[in-house]
Amino acid sequence: MAIVDRIGAALDRSPGGVILTGVDALADWARGKSLWSMPMGTACCAMELIAASFNKFDFDRHGTFPRPDPRHTDVMIVAGTITYKMMPAVKRLYEQMPDPKWVIGMGNCTVSGGIFYYDTYSVVRGIEEFLPVDVFIAGCPPRPESLQDGILRLRELIEQESIAPGKRRERPLTLPSPEDGCGEGE
Amino acid sequence: MALDVESRQVVETAEGEVFDQLVVNVGPSHPSTHGVCRVIVHLDGEIVTRAEPVIGYLHRGIEKMAENRTYLQVVPLTDRLDYVGSMYSNWAYCRTLERLADIPVPERAEYLRVIVCELQRIASHMMAIGANGADTGALTLFVYAFDQRERVVELFEALCGQRLTYNYVRPGGVSYDVPDGWIEDVRAFTTEHRSALAEMDKLFFGNTITRGRLKGVGVLSAADAVAWGASGPVARGSGVNWDLRKHDPYSVYPRFDFDIPTGTEGDCYDRARVRLYECYESCRIIEQALAQMHSGSYRTEGLPRLIAPPPGDAYDHIESARGALGIYLVSDGSPRPYRMKVRSPAFCNLALLPMLSEGHMLSDLVAILGSLDPVFGEVDR
Ligand code: SF4
Repeated sequence: MAIVDRIGAALDRSPGGVILTGVDALADWARGKSLWSMPMGTACCAMELIAASFNKFDFDRHGTFPRPDPRHTDVMIVAGTITYKMMPAVKRLYEQMPDPKWVIGMGNCTVSGGIFYYDTYSVVRGIEEFLPVDVFIAGCPPRPESLQDGILRLRELIEQESIAPGKRRERPLTLPSPEDGCGEGE
Repeated sequence: MALDVESRQVVETAEGEVFDQLVVNVGPSHPSTHGVCRVIVHLDGEIVTRAEPVIGYLHRGIEKMAENRTYLQVVPLTDRLDYVGSMYSNWAYCRTLERLADIPVPERAEYLRVIVCELQRIASHMMAIGANGADTGALTLFVYAFDQRERVVELFEALCGQRLTYNYVRPGGVSYDVPDGWIEDVRAFTTEHRSALAEMDKLFFGNTITRGRLKGVGVLSAADAVAWGASGPVARGSGVNWDLRKHDPYSVYPRFDFDIPTGTEGDCYDRARVRLYECYESCRIIEQALAQMHSGSYRTEGLPRLIAPPPGDAYDHIESARGALGIYLVSDGSPRPYRMKVRSPAFCNLALLPMLSEGHMLSDLVAILGSLDPVFGEVDR
């Protein structure tokens, strides 16, 4: 736990006191708290993605707010089947997101192709073929609660990372393209 | 994302008028395209001169996959066709299979199918109306409508354990009987839903902004609706009184007393309003079905695991929330379908988009697309 997490307790003990912490620790603590998401909903799972951000489940209270513009977002939630025709668009949107960025794969289709693993010629068998995914959520479709759990897990992951030089997690800047042999159908 | 279209073109009309045309690409990832639709829009200023939908971004090959599955294994695949209304695809497929293989269905199962499908119609229409509102700037309506949809989804979850892909209607019946207290919950829901509908009617359809945004936009004449094969609320919004529940009655629908709401103008407003009134009718049907339903078996016992219908073909259709949904099956006598073909109402309705959006503003395009209510799982299959 970063020192900033204990600010409240420290202030209780000595009101008006001074807290010393590193800039990187403060930034690390802050950046996981408000993950704006790029809802990359393509199929059935997108319905649960919508459900997660509306009335009953209410994503906003976790600080996660859907913004359908990649340039405003931190995390791309890929919800639904990705076909070979859709893959270049997803990749392009991912590349348009500013760093640091994360990816959540929602639903079996993003894990492995799910129900579309066998016998079909047009579905990418798991988005890990072309995207660096941080959290996968299983289910067909996963419940909105699972998605919220996924966001909380991602936060834990982000807290383990640091913006300090040398501790940064390196991300591939360009993604493999179909010409490199990624995502070839069976 | 402009992919491969020239973004600026000089066009000469037939009258010799020369103007600069701007080509804008909308989608495939766009919050207002209801999934993965891409529309290439040619603009003269802000007026759409041509809108070309590009589909296939969700083509998963379900029809082809069905040829490698046994007849029972196809049922979960049909869930993924129209994922806003999975019950319909389940039912359409099962009806065709029952016709092909001559499988009897107990009466209680027919009633349960009618009840879940009418609930599904409410859920689906709530999504459509809400999205229509959200696209035209009334996000409040989406919140109201989604609340109602969530209630239905909870009822389905109590019934079959899934929120979205139900796999509930099975060949020869349904997968589970109703749990304790479910029927009372449905009754309570229909009462509550009626007052919610009245509220939405006032909030949205009486609203000046809504009227301004939707009235007179995307007018579809009755003759065009018939000629282009439109069905469901899209055709009925134009005043075509055609509903398979009445005009090719199936299951136990002839036993219910209900009306078919139709529009007069054929614009976006009428299409959305028809959906709203259909929800009232669905409530009526559900209440009658609950009153008429007797206890008994909810599925045919003793069906083999591997159903192998005799060689031949069959087609059957039902009225889904989007229109006439038909499934065509060909059997060669083996336990796997030789061919499955889906007649998708969403696909036929989407074909109207270029015609309806011509001459309107770019911002009306999303309203028109929303009023056609396509679901891309079914359009692309
Ligand atoms: S995981 Fe299941 S529910 Fe989600 S997109 Fe794939 S088929 Fe649809």
